[in-house]
Amino acid sequence: MKKVAVVGYGNTKFTKDELPIESLLLESTKQVFDTTRNLSQDLIDGVIVSTNDNSKYLGAILSELSGIKPKISHTVEHLCSSGSNATISGFSYIASGLANTVLVTGADKIGNPGQILEWDKSRGEYDRPIYWASMFTKAHKRQFSTTDEELAIVSAKNHKQAMDNPNAYSHKSYTISEIMNSKNVTDDLRILDCSYSCSGSSSILLASEENAKKFTDEPVWITGVGQKTNSASFTKNGLTTMSSSVIAANDAYKMAKTSSQEIDTAEIHDAFSVCELMAVEDLGLTEKNTGASYVRNLFNTEDRKINPRGGLIGAGHPLGATGIAQIVEITQQLQNKARNRQISNAKRGLTHNMSAAATSSTVLVLES
Amino acid sequence: MNKFEEELKIGNFVTSECKYCDKIVWPPSDYCNSCLKDTIWRDVSLNGKLVEWSKNANDIFCMVEFENTIRILGKLDPKNSSLKPGQTVKLAKCTFNGKPRFFFRID
Repeated sequence: MKKVAVVGYGNTKFTKDELPIESLLLESTKQVFDTTRNLSQDLIDGVIVSTNDNSKYLGAILSELSGIKPKISHTVEHLCSSGSNATISGFSYIASGLANTVLVTGADKIGNPGQILEWDKSRGEYDRPIYWASMFTKAHKRQFSTTDEELAIVSAKNHKQAMDNPNAYSHKSYTISEIMNSKNVTDDLRILDCSYSCSGSSSILLASEENAKKFTDEPVWITGVGQKTNSASFTKNGLTTMSSSVIAANDAYKMAKTSSQEIDTAEIHDAFSVCELMAVEDLGLTEKNTGASYVRNLFNTEDRKINPRGGLIGAGHPLGATGIAQIVEITQQLQNKARNRQISNAKRGLTHNMSAAATSSTVLVLES
Repeated sequence: MNKFEEELKIGNFVTSECKYCDKIVWPPSDYCNSCLKDTIWRDVSLNGKLVEWSKNANDIFCMVEFENTIRILGKLDPKNSSLKPGQTVKLAKCTFNGKPRFFFRID
């Protein structure tokens, strides 16, 4: 299997703007061309689009708009983890030798249809994500005595970290008290414990080892890949552990020949505050039932290790772009180019992206 | 509209079941997800167990498990103030109006 590196990237600002999906896709793609040395259209032999948008044939449309005539082009849709899964498609084409250089671009609009899975009849009339998130939160409170303050710390931390992310949807910090007193969405969920669907686009350029040096002196290698789908229906899984994330993380660590203890920074799928508390445990970054104290310590010591760009809560959640934006952040961290967000001496990072209440998860390990 | 939705619309809560594997196939499907043979449709017991719940304004929404397998989200009678996981819950009403709608009460 060939080695695969991230050799270029681009990001739009995440906003409330209702822009055409094609314009969003092109915007972050243009940034890849603007910032990657020696890159020309003829060097790209794969174009993968990640989105939940209903528009068709976007792989070919983005190729035409950006002047690429690739061997391979298609779209990947997998709800919230579309971006990570599109990246794995690009990775696989290069690792197998079917392609040498692949552009992966994800985008969604603020009103994208990826937030409701109509097929899942077991959710009844409660088909929006706030309902599964309320169940997760209530169950976490019951099993681990998690408090509203501990949940609010996740949001306070991630909003604060997003202030140093120029592309973030939110540039406002909140006190723990403000978050705890923000509008109740349900009895167990405040509005500031929720990520926002928004418009945005992110791109990465992947290349084989032979091609990587043409584009950058600082390739970031994808060394571990883990994916797990347990089900599509929310009600088939437990409420206090994201078992698909546990399996995906273990597979990614094994492939990368590393462990959770060796991870210097992680972008985690904090769709809601409780998800970060669950994920830091399920990814093995801390012991079970210590997620809240682990995150509190990060907040108190201003340690940006988890979600340095602000996570989904701070940066926003344009579904098809999120997984790719996470990879861009870890790439910048490992290249020591994350400016005010930089974690010192980061050598190995992780992205965690999940869909539909963690019925499926994708974890990537990246190394400088 | 599929069989599950048609039955819900007339107030019947049904599931698919595989007679070959002797298992409930949930969420409902025309084929068994073990042996891929045809499933049959049958009524679900109306008595379930409360798994978890929360509140949205005055509505209590909850997850209820039937026959140790089938879990659904629905609305619980707001008169119920003292709730415990594992509590017996009865399906009081179900219908289909664009989405499945389930209404529970504590006996």
